[in-house]
Amino acid sequence: MSRFKKLFEVKQQRVLNVYCTAGYPFLDSTTTVVNTLFANGADIVELGMPYSDPLADGPVIQNSSSIAISNGMEMQVLFNQLQQWNENTTANKRGALVLMGYMNPVLQYGFEKFCANAAAVGVDGLILPDLPEYEFETEYGAIIKKYGLDFIFLVTPETSEARIKKLDSLSTGFLYAVSSSSTTGSNKNMTDVDTYLQKLQTLHLNNPVLVGFGIKDKQSFDAACRHANGAIIGSAFIKALENTNEVAATTQNFLESILK
Amino acid sequence: MMTTTYKKPSEQGYYGKFGGAYIPEMLHRNVEELQGCYLEIMQEPAFKKEFDSLLKDYVGRPTPLYFAQRLSQQFNTQIWLKREDLCHTGAHKINNTIGQILLAERLGKKRIIAETGAGQHGVATATVCALKGVECIVYMGEKDIERQAPNVARMKMLGAKVIPATSGSKTLKDATNEAIRDWINNPNDTHYIIGSVVGPHPYPDMVARFQSVISEEMRWQLKEQTGSELPTHVMACVGGGSNAAGAFYHFLDELTVQLVAVEAAGHGVNSGMSAATTQLGKPGILHGSKSILMQTADGQVVEPHSISAGLDYPGIGPLHAHLFDSGRGTFLSATDDEAVTAAFEVARLEGIIPALETAHAFAALKQLKLSTTDKMLICLSGRGDKDLATYMKAMEE
Ligand SMILES: Cc1ncc(COP(=O)(O)O)c(C=O)c1O
Repeated sequence: MSRFKKLFEVKQQRVLNVYCTAGYPFLDSTTTVVNTLFANGADIVELGMPYSDPLADGPVIQNSSSIAISNGMEMQVLFNQLQQWNENTTANKRGALVLMGYMNPVLQYGFEKFCANAAAVGVDGLILPDLPEYEFETEYGAIIKKYGLDFIFLVTPETSEARIKKLDSLSTGFLYAVSSSSTTGSNKNMTDVDTYLQKLQTLHLNNPVLVGFGIKDKQSFDAACRHANGAIIGSAFIKALENTNEVAATTQNFLESILK
Repeated sequence: MMTTTYKKPSEQGYYGKFGGAYIPEMLHRNVEELQGCYLEIMQEPAFKKEFDSLLKDYVGRPTPLYFAQRLSQQFNTQIWLKREDLCHTGAHKINNTIGQILLAERLGKKRIIAETGAGQHGVATATVCALKGVECIVYMGEKDIERQAPNVARMKMLGAKVIPATSGSKTLKDATNEAIRDWINNPNDTHYIIGSVVGPHPYPDMVARFQSVISEEMRWQLKEQTGSELPTHVMACVGGGSNAAGAFYHFLDELTVQLVAVEAAGHGVNSGMSAATTQLGKPGILHGSKSILMQTADGQVVEPHSISAGLDYPGIGPLHAHLFDSGRGTFLSATDDEAVTAAFEVARLEGIIPALETAHAFAALKQLKLSTTDKMLICLSGRGDKDLATYMKAMEE
């Protein structure tokens, strides 16, 4: 059974997914962050594969991506780090691991080789926001499936009901509900989020729903969890790691502030 | 029987293996809306009538097809210049912005965003926004704001807000990123007027169609002057590729016509300071379409270099990637210095100061073996007023 299935079987509420850019703040901090997140209450960790031109990201994640790239993070470096991590981590010390990134670096690495390596180092699912559904259905979906990886599509408040159902039917793992029409890290007002999430609840989707974009503290996490299975925190955690030398302690403090 | 056409992308927006719409879900509704309606709107008689009449009375079309006698003598051939520099605002860019503002109006959009490199597309967008009384925001790389100051001033006078893009190489690629992010954040009232044949489907096809007036006129003008519609060569510079797409469009399926695209080699193709995409790039995805892209082995986009802000872009439109890949197009490049030298040559031989972008096309003339019977049409995409500071600096040296 997939790690997501197992997770959502035992936990349908307040599922916490935390995003961090791989190789940020330091090249070698990636797996420290992953381990500390899992040890302190994160159910899912989403590792960002840094890209020079992250279109869906606001300044905070853009900046973390360029820092990670100048730290020397590359696709193969990330796989090497994760391979070691996977060898040294027991199943009860980890949750589900997702790789998030843009299509171009993945294509350059080789799409099939990427999926094969991801599966081999213990990755459970992929989020590639600029992989369109047509190309997913005609070309890439089968490769992702072949290696047993889950694939998570995004929906937004602008996504039509028919399309939400379509994207839900193509997704496995969970469905990523973007809270507002924005790039990551925006401070857009979340007042309409309730209505949108309630609408999602009435659609009887196949997948659990996690809410992302704009979740930054305990209050917004609690609010998001009211009408969804959980939430995703990204920019706020990246900000917390800014200027820190104590990656593990900062990560622990951050999670405590969310889950207290 | 299969008839191949280079003009029309597939339903999913592919030219051969290039194109598509690689966009995050946040852009889906707007892009899908455009995909669903652009052809229909463009074919409405009322739309066509307004588009044609603005091109004629406001832009000043048809632009002349001018036989360049002294330049022809210099290269021992026959050269005509398609005078897009005589368009209102000084470049071909306005053909597209007129079309897109009319489209935006029909979609009920009240806010226009655009990216610009040389500032010509920004000026052309600010111009049509003033014409229609709508809000205009132009993203421009910080480096380009410095080197194309006259166009920044023009945009401001026309009432546009110019927002500097400060990430990456601070040029056209980064301005495009910022414009796309703006569109993500403003999904309801905003239309994004992309300035070249790049971006997710339907932009490459839509912009090519709006620019195709260039080759439509070339055909009847050449016939008027020579009795025959078909040249042997059509040549244009390529940044994203909109003036080239417009100049090639009605010749794409005339296989006797050699289509020559000229990219910016910067300090030299192998200098590490270049924007010669087809020479240096590999298939990749940028700004919503699969095309040829300058990138590292790890798939990070390489920061390009060209003296000309309008060519300083690490990709090309998917139509051009297909023309390159299929061999239908001939791709050449010219360096910064060659472009400046060619600009002076054209100025002194023909009394025309071309834009730095266009100067790259002229600079490639010497790389072609042209005969006295060849008929070469060059798209003179814009005038050089915006580049006088660069040209004057070259004169001093
Ligand atoms: C005069 C002129 N020519 C050419 C270009 C390059 O654009 P494209 O390749 O889309 O024609 C520009 C872009 O700013 C321009 O201003």
